[in-house]
Amino acid sequence: MSYQLPKFRHPELPVNDLGYTKADYEGAISTLCAGCGHDSISGAIVRACHELSIEPHKIAKLSGIGCSSKAPTYFLGNSHGFNSVHGRMPSVVTGAALANRDLLYMGVSGDGDTASIGMGQFAHVARRNLNMVYIVMNNGCYGLTKGQDSATADRGSASKKGDPNIYSAIDLCGTALQMGATFVARSFSGDKEQLVPLIKAAISHRGFALIDVVSPCVTFNNNAKSTKSYEFVREHSEATGTIDFVPMHKEITTEYQPGHSHEVTLHNGSSIRLYKVDESLNPFDRRSAINALEEHRCSGNILTGLIYMNMDSRDLHEVLETSQRPLNALDESDLCPGNKMLLNINASLR
Amino acid sequence: MKPTDIKNPEYFHKVVDCQYACPAHTPVPEYIRLIAAERYTDAYMVNWQSNVFPGILGRTCDRPCEPACRRVRVEEEPVAICRLKRVAADNKEDIRERLPVIPATKNGKRVALIGAGPASLTVARGLAPLGYTIDLYDNQFAGGGMMRSQIPSFRLPAEVLDEEVNYILDMGINATFNVQVESLKEILDKEYDAVFVGTGAPRGKGLNLPGLEDAMPNVYLGIDWLSSVAFEHTKSIGKRVLVLGGGNTAMDCCRTSRRMGGEDVRVVVRSPFEDMKASPWEKEDAAAEGIPIYNNHVPKEFVVEDGKLKGMRFEKVEAHYDEDGKRTLVPTGEDLVFMEADDVLMAIGQENAFPWIERDLGIEFDKWEMPVVDKATFQSTNERVFFGGDSAFGPENIITAVAHGHQAAVSIDLFCRGEDVHKRPPPHVSLSSQKMGVHEWSYDNAVANDHRYAVPHAPLAKTLKNRKVEVELGFDVETGYKEAERCLNCDVQTVFDELRCIECDACVDICPTDCITFTTNGTEEELRHRLEAPANNLAQDLYISADLPTMRVMVKDENVCLHCGLCAERCPTTAWDMQKFLYNVHKAGE
Repeated sequence: MSYQLPKFRHPELPVNDLGYTKADYEGAISTLCAGCGHDSISGAIVRACHELSIEPHKIAKLSGIGCSSKAPTYFLGNSHGFNSVHGRMPSVVTGAALANRDLLYMGVSGDGDTASIGMGQFAHVARRNLNMVYIVMNNGCYGLTKGQDSATADRGSASKKGDPNIYSAIDLCGTALQMGATFVARSFSGDKEQLVPLIKAAISHRGFALIDVVSPCVTFNNNAKSTKSYEFVREHSEATGTIDFVPMHKEITTEYQPGHSHEVTLHNGSSIRLYKVDESLNPFDRRSAINALEEHRCSGNILTGLIYMNMDSRDLHEVLETSQRPLNALDESDLCPGNKMLLNINASLR
Repeated sequence: MKPTDIKNPEYFHKVVDCQYACPAHTPVPEYIRLIAAERYTDAYMVNWQSNVFPGILGRTCDRPCEPACRRVRVEEEPVAICRLKRVAADNKEDIRERLPVIPATKNGKRVALIGAGPASLTVARGLAPLGYTIDLYDNQFAGGGMMRSQIPSFRLPAEVLDEEVNYILDMGINATFNVQVESLKEILDKEYDAVFVGTGAPRGKGLNLPGLEDAMPNVYLGIDWLSSVAFEHTKSIGKRVLVLGGGNTAMDCCRTSRRMGGEDVRVVVRSPFEDMKASPWEKEDAAAEGIPIYNNHVPKEFVVEDGKLKGMRFEKVEAHYDEDGKRTLVPTGEDLVFMEADDVLMAIGQENAFPWIERDLGIEFDKWEMPVVDKATFQSTNERVFFGGDSAFGPENIITAVAHGHQAAVSIDLFCRGEDVHKRPPPHVSLSSQKMGVHEWSYDNAVANDHRYAVPHAPLAKTLKNRKVEVELGFDVETGYKEAERCLNCDVQTVFDELRCIECDACVDICPTDCITFTTNGTEEELRHRLEAPANNLAQDLYISADLPTMRVMVKDENVCLHCGLCAERCPTTAWDMQKFLYNVHKAGE
């Protein structure tokens, strides 16, 4: 068993605008089971952050409890981290984000941490439109406690133990849409071509960005009767379309067929280009997104890709009209401007 | 691209860069692991089977394996393969019981070996255990050839040489020393079933410059002078010595001069320092002994006054390279440089000479007066006569001579049994899983980050006084272990089974050097640019699987794979396995 990654890297690894290689965004060696989808999602996060040239110290990764919530140890080893209480990651992010709006908040959670114990927190952080990326590593089971069905397991799906799940599943994308999330996507750990651009778009979106990533549990839930196995997801996933993420100031070189693509400029000047496959979905219309999710659920397929994005999103800081300078950067003279200022304020209220 | 045929032994052989680069294809990682396990005798025998002279080569090998070492491509310095070989030789127990048994009854075939250098001795080592009667002829007083006459004792002590030469001579070889074979015809007339010529490249090249005639008493050919020192005919040299030439012989000449009375010893070479033929470590060792190397100096004339050598004049040049990298040395136009000298050693090359081979024996010679020798069988155009070592294709090195000797022994055995010498027996290969349990391997798969360890040297004050004091002390056992752990175990192969793969990407995510990609197939040229990391080293193969269920293929760039086994550890379905690939060149009689 290897406890450490070898130090050596490919000598020709590409460097990003900051001069960093992908290796500078890696974390410790994973202790998750061999073949766990979560490791692939970690790999996708590493790639997205590297390619976006985000300074590692400008990222905070936060998680709750579970296999998924262990995962932040395995990526972004040079970033801030907070492994919080079960289901309470959104509260901690809310506090951190209010205190320091300058960081990128990357919340990582699982189906148990989000859809069971953390359901209330999840609903509220979505409706408050906190500026964060919320990644759910969704394997439909409680891997850490030997694979019991979780709240996102589909009815009828059976894990390794073989008993079909008797309850209906919570669709986290649907829930997030209902709660007012402004960016909703679903992907698959085994499809980095789709997942990496989605993470980049989520990072660039201002507001709450959910990516529900189906991530097979190879130990307990990767069998023939499971709807969250590698094989099932590959056979039943239907992409809304493919997206390209084009960072700010980068020349657009991809050619596209008019009529089939949407180009959307994000608040930071980057843009995403969506190549539509599914004509029935308009990802900029919430009703269309909800309908598409429901139709795919009924047909037994998994809708992946960008499902919904609100271009007019106003995040919590905008709604609350907080100071542009992070609250934690305000010193005593800012917060206690003195007696003269107090008198002025009092006078203005008379 | 077509799926890689891993059943072809040459595919995985090429992945073991050191072994592939070794002319004798010594299974390097195999013996390095044995050294780490303190099994020095076993490590020695693995070497002995392949290269016959582990103790000698562990001090003197040209080490083609080291520049090939994968470590060079991920770090900087290769594993000190050569010096680890010496650790095995230094720490082994008595190996005589492990040597092949020589049959008391001979097979009735008689073979003559001319020259007792590494090539001939290797032929003897191959044929004697098969019952051949072997007559060995050499003009020196003992076996070893150029290893004895040209390699100074401070690099190769006589005891080490004697020990390994004697392992072979003790195989019942009828050795006749101090005899110069003057006629191949005479040998052939003795009705040997086969004759092997391993007489090396014994003639030093000289420079015929103005003033040479008068300077002659103080001008020597490098290799002749070295053997004269080795055989104790020469006991001193002047205080000021110029050594002409930039190869390893020049390095041996200058370092020997320092020990024979030379105080101001200089090496003067025509080419730029970087282009010198000498191995980098030999240049370093010369520098450590205070010997300056003057590069870009072309010798022009000997300066003689009152009938005595005073020195030499040199023309300063600059190297210019054309588009094809071809070099021309262009004079800088400066005045000639004068250097004082009491003696001059010319070490500018050596060549073959076959005055003793009659030209009517059916042995064809080419326009360079070199025998026409088959590159695979080492047979000449006279089917009874075989050549090997430097005498076959010109000057090379010991390990190449050994490789020739093995092949020539195979040929001679086939020939004497009336079989076709062109039907070369295949190598012995095996491929076996190293899995010991979940995430447990039979080899140390953790990659050591240590930099290369330096071999300690004896103090200069001691070594410069006596030419027989060995300079290198060799690694002690602890350092040998640490150096051995630097080996990446490139012979433990990553073997992929597409039928088991579920395409979870775990191997792609964990691979520290981004070797693995799952993608759609394409042409090699195009695939090399769209992998996880660019595969720009065209000398290194891509390992391609058959189509996977998603109609993609697994592509692995072998270039910088650390053989750390993480792909196999992270694989949930054991589609990846770490399997040890042993490759042994077929030897005579196996």
